Amino acid sequence: MTMATTRRRTQGLALMLAVLLSATSLVAQAPQRIISLVPNLTESLFSMGAGPQVVAVSSFDREPEAVRTLPRVGALLDPDVERILSLRPDLVITYGSQVELKAQLARTGIAAFDYRHGGLTDALTTLRALGVRTGHAREAEALARRLEQQIAATRARVAGRPRPRTLLVFGREPGSLRNIYAVGGTGFLHDMLEAAGGRNVLADVTQESVQVTTETILARAPEVILEIRGGTDPSRADARPDTSPWQALASVPAVKQGRLVVLSGSWLTVPGPRVGDAIARFSTALHP
Amino acid sequence: MMVRQRLPLVLAVSSLATLATIVWAPTVGSTPISLARVFDPAIDWASNVDAQIFFVARLPRVLAGALVGAALAAAGVVLQALLRNPLATPFTLGVSSGAALGAMLATAFHLEATLLGISAVPLASFTGAMLATAIVYGLAASQRRGLSTNVLLLAGVTLNAFFSALILFVQYFADMTDALRAVRWLMGDLDVGTLAPLAGALPLLLLAAAAMAVLPRALNLLTMGDEVAASRGVDVHRAQRLAFLSASLATGAAVSLGGPVGFIGIIVPHLVRLIVGADHRLVLPASTLLGAAFLVLCDVVARTLLAPVEVPVGIITAVIGGPFFLWLLVRHA
Repeated sequence: MTMATTRRRTQGLALMLAVLLSATSLVAQAPQRIISLVPNLTESLFSMGAGPQVVAVSSFDREPEAVRTLPRVGALLDPDVERILSLRPDLVITYGSQVELKAQLARTGIAAFDYRHGGLTDALTTLRALGVRTGHAREAEALARRLEQQIAATRARVAGRPRPRTLLVFGREPGSLRNIYAVGGTGFLHDMLEAAGGRNVLADVTQESVQVTTETILARAPEVILEIRGGTDPSRADARPDTSPWQALASVPAVKQGRLVVLSGSWLTVPGPRVGDAIARFSTALHP
Repeated sequence: MMVRQRLPLVLAVSSLATLATIVWAPTVGSTPISLARVFDPAIDWASNVDAQIFFVARLPRVLAGALVGAALAAAGVVLQALLRNPLATPFTLGVSSGAALGAMLATAFHLEATLLGISAVPLASFTGAMLATAIVYGLAASQRRGLSTNVLLLAGVTLNAFFSALILFVQYFADMTDALRAVRWLMGDLDVGTLAPLAGALPLLLLAAAAMAVLPRALNLLTMGDEVAASRGVDVHRAQRLAFLSASLATGAAVSLGGPVGFIGIIVPHLVRLIVGADHRLVLPASTLLGAAFLVLCDVVARTLLAPVEVPVGIITAVIGGPFFLWLLVRHA
């Protein structure tokens, strides 16, 4: 055995030891009492195996099934700080705008994982960061990879096909053309639409959501109107909504050619672990 | 000059101004359109984008603005006279918060009922408005024969606060996006999309207008006090009832059509009084007409200022109306 190989072997051992040590220290540091105030991250935590570490969630959390029995500690605008502190969390997942809550957590020495909605790539970055922070780096990495592959597969499926000019609607007053909310040119829903092989007719509007007037819809003349329905109540998500009000906009190509597609389910608008499925769902609607 | 002689001139000028606004407003917007194409019968309707923008997106909207503006301005005039308070608005007596509660409930519970092409939110808000009217009326009428304007005012203000609390309660437990949508409703929106909502509101507004049409002389005398009015032959209780109910009906129908657009009921009547004087035979018709023109103009600003993004029309009227209201307050003090 030469000196070189011995050295290499010792180095290898040292490296392995270091990795092991850091891994155990990571596990030791991994939070065991997580409170999540961000529903899409709650869902991500459960799908990367961090579910058992979650001790409470926000009042808007519905997914997965397991959260329904967990204590609720308020939400975005009304976090119940007393309740949060009394549950003795070692990590609280907060939304970017919860400035006061974060200040209170900092004062009491509780760590926070801060999140803000961003684009589609941000969603995957967040997933990985969340995995590292909670001691599930490997599972999170696998999950992120799977999503990336899923998105790439969808992109490949629609590559080269004409990309229909699409209006992605996520809110409309039932039975009318009033209060129509559509996806603007930024944010994950816009990215999801583009990844699914559509062209957002509101791509030039630098907002995540736009209250869109009938005039704008007529002027932008979308070829497909993709309407996402479904609040938080799953029983309502299946109710077939009435698309007949759209007929008033007869010159819109989507109306003329009957390309008014309604997709049900609030999961379609969540930048969580099902984002790959949602993009695939969009793409089958756009490219049947 | 006598009122009767000035009336034709005032009516002619305000009608002309309003008509001009209503004719001009649909020709402008966020998208340039060709009027020649709009009225070209050779082009098939389904492929005439310009005509659709004109007739579907803009015309119903302009007409909705005219109706809502006229109704709120007229209701403002009537209530200012009835309550003998220059700062009274169509929303002082609880009608709008009743409407807002109705709209909030319809939004939070995703009501999908429609009636004659009118969707759930306007239906619910009109119901709420009429409920609030009934409560306030019941309280004010229970005191003695006729209406007590003091009770009317106090009941209205209290009901506003109470309904606001209920709205906040529903909002607090509602889904985030629904809560946001309800807040948006409060800012006013005239993009009605079709003529159906107008057809629903029109009969109610005409009924209110017919009731208001007999009021001006009585309103003149009521502003001088109930006793003076009674001594000059006004049936005070009947006039008060008619004033309150017609103003509430107009407000309820207007709010269900376009949301509680603020400040119109106070800016327009006062501007009109500055020009034509205090006689209600002039103030009421002129305010009704110019209220229509004012809201249509504000809505033109709302839909073009940041197009294709819309500025809620209530923000435009409030930005103009807020400073005006303060000026008025200081001037009266």
